[in-house]
Amino acid sequence: MDYFLTEEQLTIRDLARQIAESRIVPSRAELDEKSEFPHEIMKDLAQSDLFGITIPEEFGGLGLGCMENCVAVEEISRGCCGVATTFAASGLGAYPIILHGSEEQKKKYLPRIASGESLAAFALTESTAGSDAGGIMTTAVLDGDEYVLNGSKQWITNGGEADIYSVFVVTDKAKGARGATALIVEKSDPGFSFGKKEDKMGIRASVTRELIFDNCRIPKDRIIRKQGAGFLVAMKTFDHSRPGVGAQAVGVAQAALDEAVKYAKTRVQFEVPIISFQAVQHMLADMATSVEAARALVYCVARSMDAGAGDTSKVSAMAKLFPTEMAMKVTTDAVQILGGCGYMREYPVEKMMRDAKILQIYEGTNQIQRNVIGQALNKEYTRKG
Amino acid sequence: MNLVVCVKQVPDAKNIRIDPVTNTLQRQGVESIVNPFDLYALEAGLRLRDEFGGKLTVISMGPPQAESVLREALSYGADEAVLLSDRAFAGADTLATAKTLAACVRRLSPFDLVICGKQAVDGDTAQVGPALAQSLDIPHVAFVGTMEGVEAGCLTVQRMMDDGYDTVAVELPALITVVKEIGEPRVPSFKGKMRAKKQPVPVWGLKELDLAEDQVGLKGSATWVERIFAPEPRGRREILDGDPDTQAANLLKRLKEDQVVKLA
Repeated sequence: MDYFLTEEQLTIRDLARQIAESRIVPSRAELDEKSEFPHEIMKDLAQSDLFGITIPEEFGGLGLGCMENCVAVEEISRGCCGVATTFAASGLGAYPIILHGSEEQKKKYLPRIASGESLAAFALTESTAGSDAGGIMTTAVLDGDEYVLNGSKQWITNGGEADIYSVFVVTDKAKGARGATALIVEKSDPGFSFGKKEDKMGIRASVTRELIFDNCRIPKDRIIRKQGAGFLVAMKTFDHSRPGVGAQAVGVAQAALDEAVKYAKTRVQFEVPIISFQAVQHMLADMATSVEAARALVYCVARSMDAGAGDTSKVSAMAKLFPTEMAMKVTTDAVQILGGCGYMREYPVEKMMRDAKILQIYEGTNQIQRNVIGQALNKEYTRKG
Repeated sequence: MNLVVCVKQVPDAKNIRIDPVTNTLQRQGVESIVNPFDLYALEAGLRLRDEFGGKLTVISMGPPQAESVLREALSYGADEAVLLSDRAFAGADTLATAKTLAACVRRLSPFDLVICGKQAVDGDTAQVGPALAQSLDIPHVAFVGTMEGVEAGCLTVQRMMDDGYDTVAVELPALITVVKEIGEPRVPSFKGKMRAKKQPVPVWGLKELDLAEDQVGLKGSATWVERIFAPEPRGRREILDGDPDTQAANLLKRLKEDQVVKLA
């Protein structure tokens, strides 16, 4: 379907597709098998300027929006969802600085992220805090001109590889959600270290580690926005980033559909290609329809946000919820269409199915997305009386 | 450094077809790409430009649609591009092509280094690079796999040979042709692609290059294509192992068996 992309969006799509086809697809199986971080591909993405999509031009970026980011993420994810996770997580780590950082913070950190010289990461989850962001235990205490951090963050994408971390801590336990604060921590800060690399079911090219703060001291000007604004910073970040997760889902589902159709056209049973059977055709038709519906939703929400729509929490959650549920279904069906081949590592679809699962879990589980949507509905209809 | 990189538009080798009637390459309906070796030449040039500064100009001789390979080269980071296109250039062999390219490079003077891919994947002659150096009366090194450095007006390179490499220092200005060992071409950038769409690509013909019609194209060519054909497959080959004595004994045995030689 023609979405009438702008010239810049088409350029981004072609560029991301070229990188996916020439660099990512040939190495994705090995990266997955060895659970290897894609250093070379990150260099290619840095060279391509794509790390700077959402970063303003005055800070070395391209000054483009959520839509352009979605177009890039979709194409990279079509190549490998794990690589796309690494790429998108750097954007997620940058969003708190883009949206709420001071002029000095933007000047200091954004050019490095835009050029791809440094990766960023977003650190909220802890063993006691995931869906419940109020469960954050990591503390930051002001001591003279420095904050002293203690605690640990778990399952942090790009942990250990990123140089710049947006970290959410508690500065005032008594205030609950209003006691959370966002801070920038650099990889080289004293008292900051990393735990073991997690062994994951999917997105194995991406790296996930624990962050450990043991009397980690950082200058007090690393605070994002102001003390106590952490919850707001996190929620605004998610509003911007969730369509990107939807775009990852569209990319991996499109890749699974491509493989399924290709296979169905060549696999012969009962002396005909299996695509000639209505049972297979209908599965493919449903897959194609749902991929397109998800893409249309993601693009529509992203464009609405870029056009300056007000409160986007509800639609942003929808743009994560629907595509990621779709991707789980479509990748599973692709494995079904490839049958025995689909279950084998020699073919790429089982990896897509493993990769798709995380999309229903991270950046707010799909249950939390439904909460966001449900609460928004409740508010809307109360107002309407 | 002032660098000139030569690129050629070629049919994508993935779907190449020979016209069964005319015995020539079918170009219609076949996607065109930048000659893959020329992307390595461009990468070599971009690395020198990034290290030493200066300007990288990419040039190509071809029909008007060859402009697309120049725009692609611009998207990778080339500074300027010139298309050499004129009806009179049609049918050029390697000699006439080299003379035309030489006229362009002279017009771009002063230059320090001309870089070409080792050969184009359509003609496969590997002659245009060396012939261009000859036309320009500058030294050249073919099959360069590594550039070691530039010092005192000399470029030091490794020339890949069948059984190793030669280290060669060549005085600039010079020409090199590169092989893929030079390093994987980078990906284009967004800013490069946007710039490439808008940047003017001048077209130079006979007049701009100050050439006469009999120096270029078919008229300026010393050779012409008589026929293109698929070669007959070679016979079965076998490599004999062992020390020279064993190899000789086995060879003689096989020659006798196949009745190639008869000994009294």
